[in-house]
Amino acid sequence: MTGNDLLQIAVYMAVLLAAVKPLGAYMAAVYEGRSNRAPERWLYRLAGVNPGASMTWKQYSGALLLLNALGLLAVYALLRLQHLLPWNPQAQGAVAPYTAFNIAVSFATNTNWQNYGGETTLGYFAQMLGLTVQNFVSAATGMAVLAALARGLSSRGGGIGNFWVDLVRSVVYILLPLSIVLALLLVSQGVIQNLDPYVPAAGAAQTLPMGPAASQVAIKQLGTNGGGFFNVNSSHPFENPTPLSNFAEMLAILLIPAALCYTFGRMVDDRRQGWALLAAMLVLFVPLVFAVVRAEQGNMEGKEVRFGTANSALWAAATTAASNGSVNSMHDSFTAAGGLVPMFLMQLGEVVFGGVGSGLYGMIVFAIIAVFLAGLMVGRTPEYLGKKIEAFEMKMASIAVLVPPLCVLVGTAVAAAAPMGLAGLHNRGPHGFSEILYAFSSMGNNNGSAFAGYGADNPLVNLAGGLAMLLARYWVAVPALALAGAFSRKKSVPPGPGTLPTHTPLFVLLLAGTVLVVGALAFIPALALGPIVEALR
Amino acid sequence: MFRTAFLMLGALTVVTGLIYPLAVTGLAGVLFPFQARGSLTIENGRVAGSELIGRQFDDPKYFWPRPSATPDFPYNAGASSGSNYGPRHPGLRKAMDERRRALREADPDNAAPIPIDLLTASGSGLDPHISPEASLWQAPRIARLRRMEIGAVRALIAAHTRPRQLGFLGEPVVNVAALNRALDGKLSKPVHLGLKLVY
Repeated sequence: MTGNDLLQIAVYMAVLLAAVKPLGAYMAAVYEGRSNRAPERWLYRLAGVNPGASMTWKQYSGALLLLNALGLLAVYALLRLQHLLPWNPQAQGAVAPYTAFNIAVSFATNTNWQNYGGETTLGYFAQMLGLTVQNFVSAATGMAVLAALARGLSSRGGGIGNFWVDLVRSVVYILLPLSIVLALLLVSQGVIQNLDPYVPAAGAAQTLPMGPAASQVAIKQLGTNGGGFFNVNSSHPFENPTPLSNFAEMLAILLIPAALCYTFGRMVDDRRQGWALLAAMLVLFVPLVFAVVRAEQGNMEGKEVRFGTANSALWAAATTAASNGSVNSMHDSFTAAGGLVPMFLMQLGEVVFGGVGSGLYGMIVFAIIAVFLAGLMVGRTPEYLGKKIEAFEMKMASIAVLVPPLCVLVGTAVAAAAPMGLAGLHNRGPHGFSEILYAFSSMGNNNGSAFAGYGADNPLVNLAGGLAMLLARYWVAVPALALAGAFSRKKSVPPGPGTLPTHTPLFVLLLAGTVLVVGALAFIPALALGPIVEALR
Repeated sequence: MFRTAFLMLGALTVVTGLIYPLAVTGLAGVLFPFQARGSLTIENGRVAGSELIGRQFDDPKYFWPRPSATPDFPYNAGASSGSNYGPRHPGLRKAMDERRRALREADPDNAAPIPIDLLTASGSGLDPHISPEASLWQAPRIARLRRMEIGAVRALIAAHTRPRQLGFLGEPVVNVAALNRALDGKLSKPVHLGLKLVY
């Protein structure tokens, strides 16, 4: 590792952490704001929302599921009908049913797994009104659930909030302004943004793809979506042309997930709690960054010269720690040890930063489990932020922690046993198994990155993966909302001598350890068959 | 509830799927028209290519770009793709051996080790750059075939080497198509109409 590699990693982490407090405080103000300003009010009036009405957790979940279901159907319809829609200068045809189902689920669930190449499959209308919209809506959905959970855990009382308000505010005050700034910065570096037909380039005997890329790239990075405008995502020179665009896109991956920790601390009136959760994420993230940067030194297959190996490996760690899933290099061509790191980061349940909102509510679920484990060890009644943890809460927390690994392992087993699942393998032996394991780790944790050699566009993987994405998204989000509802009904108990403080270094390590142990127990046997045996050969 | 969800999705579709991308398109077109339309290079009044998208050069009198794994032909800009070969894929070994042989055959006297970026395919298959080391490695071949002083070739490479952006970001690079244009004496710089941060 060169000095410049270290410098780049250090500057990246420093800029990220410096942004946590200002952005986090701003987002807390957005979610806690009592008055509804103009653009927000118009949307409420149009849709008939009473922004003052607080919802029960069941109403909140219902609204969330309904909006996401409608979004899924809308994307499916746009993909199936895109040959009839405007802004399709390349006359891209209707997307096949299984493929369209997988894409629709993928973008509605904030996974953005891609079984297609953007420039060879999609017209601009479907990209903008289908995919760009879901980039916003799915990100805002995750952020809304986090806001509800924070309100449930807060001692202030007053319910978990209103889904429509949290959704609209996340889009209008957080995601849109940041996206506009980032999109313009990216265009300044060379990311394209137009509605032109593809350009034939005489000198190079090439056809240059065109399209509104920057606006989608900005939100795909900020909203931990990750679905590329082009087939090769952010390794494409039109999607990520310079080291500065790369830095900005990489920063955008972790920006909101990290800052939401501070937002959470503010909303529960104890900022130390937010910092402790962020610290637990960093304890897991930083060593894995160094592991993958070291492992990839000298491996330029699937990497761009302008980024080099360090920025490619750092991106791989960031994009899989967060459930982003965009790539600036091909993970399938990583070394065995280098490919293990992104795979394991996803398998930890996408709680090391994780998706916007979803990563933090996942981490809070792990905090509940850590508190419970500590309570078992010393015989204390477990409580988190003054709220007692009882049978119902543990049931919900267990569901949220166990469903994603179940999706990953069952999905991998099915695909590895079925001829259709095996037909798409690009590499053989342990690396081939890794392709399948990576695919389902990605879909079963709503990440979206891939060992992209794996030909996943067949009915079996499209269906099984689509199911895994749906289960992993909503069987965590709904239990998290159930927790929010249950906590909001509980009285806050002031900390006594028997209370385990949850802001200390001791708790940070306990929390990181819990995440690590749950991930390791679930996945070491599977990893042993893939990257571990590949590394040992 | 259904009505609310339906109207909300419709409203957000208009805001984020229509107003947002069109507003960014409009702003980008005013502020950065060159970049927004693909950083196109124009030669003889026609689009020759894009500054940002690599292209294939087979003639040994030109600098060679990185190997490209795009389908149908190398540097197929219409279908970006990497090889997705794992480190032990037999195809990777074979491809690297072939590339090594081709580079050695074109320059038999050059015993220096071949820089890794000339042996490996990029992730996009459209990488416009090679490392300064990879261009310097090719300098003797270019000098011999073009009857140039090797010093002149190296000076041309130095003039086309872009350092790390802001001094520390990324890696130093050489744009292969621009360097080859300079070899032919065509120093036609693309026309910049918008702002561009140094790189």
